[in-house]
Amino acid sequence: MWRDAALVAGKDLRVEARSRVGVNQVVPFALLVLIVFAFALDSDRGTLASVGPGLFWVTVLFSGLLAIQRSFVIEADDDARDALRLSGLDGAGIFLGKAGAVAAQLAVLEVVLALGVVVLYNVHLHGAVMLLLTCLAATVGLAAAGTVYGIIAAGLRVRDTLLPLLVLPVLAPVLLAAARACEAALAGTPSEGWPWVRLLFVFATIYVTFGVVAFGPLLEEA
Amino acid sequence: MAFAVRLRSAVSLLGRFPALAGVDLDVAAGEIVLVQGANGAGKTTLLRACAGLAAFTAGEAEVLGHDLRKDRKAVRRRIGLLGHATFLYDDLTVADNLQFSARAAGADPGSAADAMARLGLDGRLRDVAAGRLSAGQRRRVAVAAVVARHPDLWLLDEPHAGLDAGGRDILDHLVRDAAAAGATVLLASHELDRAAALATRTVVMAGGQVTNGLLTPPAAAKEPVHVA
Repeated sequence: MWRDAALVAGKDLRVEARSRVGVNQVVPFALLVLIVFAFALDSDRGTLASVGPGLFWVTVLFSGLLAIQRSFVIEADDDARDALRLSGLDGAGIFLGKAGAVAAQLAVLEVVLALGVVVLYNVHLHGAVMLLLTCLAATVGLAAAGTVYGIIAAGLRVRDTLLPLLVLPVLAPVLLAAARACEAALAGTPSEGWPWVRLLFVFATIYVTFGVVAFGPLLEEA
Repeated sequence: MAFAVRLRSAVSLLGRFPALAGVDLDVAAGEIVLVQGANGAGKTTLLRACAGLAAFTAGEAEVLGHDLRKDRKAVRRRIGLLGHATFLYDDLTVADNLQFSARAAGADPGSAADAMARLGLDGRLRDVAAGRLSAGQRRRVAVAAVVARHPDLWLLDEPHAGLDAGGRDILDHLVRDAAAAGATVLLASHELDRAAALATRTVVMAGGQVTNGLLTPPAAAKEPVHVA
């Protein structure tokens, strides 16, 4: 399973590195969203600094959707999904590989966006441990849930519009918990943040487990 | 006799339409069998079903010793399918595509390079993205992807289509070499002269059924006994 996961993750990341869709489209889109928020909200009154964590995670979520869709678009071209089925690779390994590749892209995106939030929103970073654990759990949860719903939508003609409709309600708890945990970390009140971090880890565990079990059968039906 | 493919009254549905409507077919290990038939006869569905991409919904279906109705995954690493699509990732180079295909099948690391050399892809094309290749070059890469997997069962759907003369000759050599090494080949083609010359046996499909697919005819089809 782990060998198959590494093979699929390596393939997906190589495709992204060669196509440069992430660098040329997803990252600029994410930065534009941050800038649009900065224009829309009054930066002089400190509004942006207070809502920065929420805006950060909304931007990660929207940009993450692009990465998730991209992960399945590359399998739709030239019936590559049939090749993935025919490959004989373990379904759980394919899930872990695809989710791992999405998570790696999200992690890079989060680093860029964090710099953007610091520069544009004048947010001062505190509570590094809680921030890192929040990012870790939220990223794994986003990638795992997105990959599960990505394969559900993959076989449908309306997949491009259906995926956000399926995923956004499911990821609402991640958005809420990650924003609250980051707010607590930045405010220097970690005791208020740990329950949200625990919720993020529970969410990630549920979706990773579900994906490992269900992705193979879902791929067969896609 | 060891069978690579053994189907009995096998049914496969496309929606509600029975694309395979009770197929009886034996393919012995090491055979090269040509499946002949008009458009819509069920040739492509037969190959896809033997690869486990289309489900058998009734009857018996045994491929490489495994019951396909229960365990499609068990045979997939041992199968190479050349379909209408080339199954390539446009953003990956020829070498990357072949290495992924070979490694997914558990083939040794050198098999991708060997396949590239045999298909004449080891020169300047090696590091070209698949999306930049011509249709004929993509078809060669697709053939190489099958070769790189070292499959026990080759399923070839219109294998000569899109290949130039040199590519067709190479493909025929590869198929004969594979069969000589013990692999089994099931191919569907409208290029009957070329495919028939390659095949060791021809079966005919019509209306989702194979008319002469059994190696041992059933008792009912034996010579009638005339009683004086």
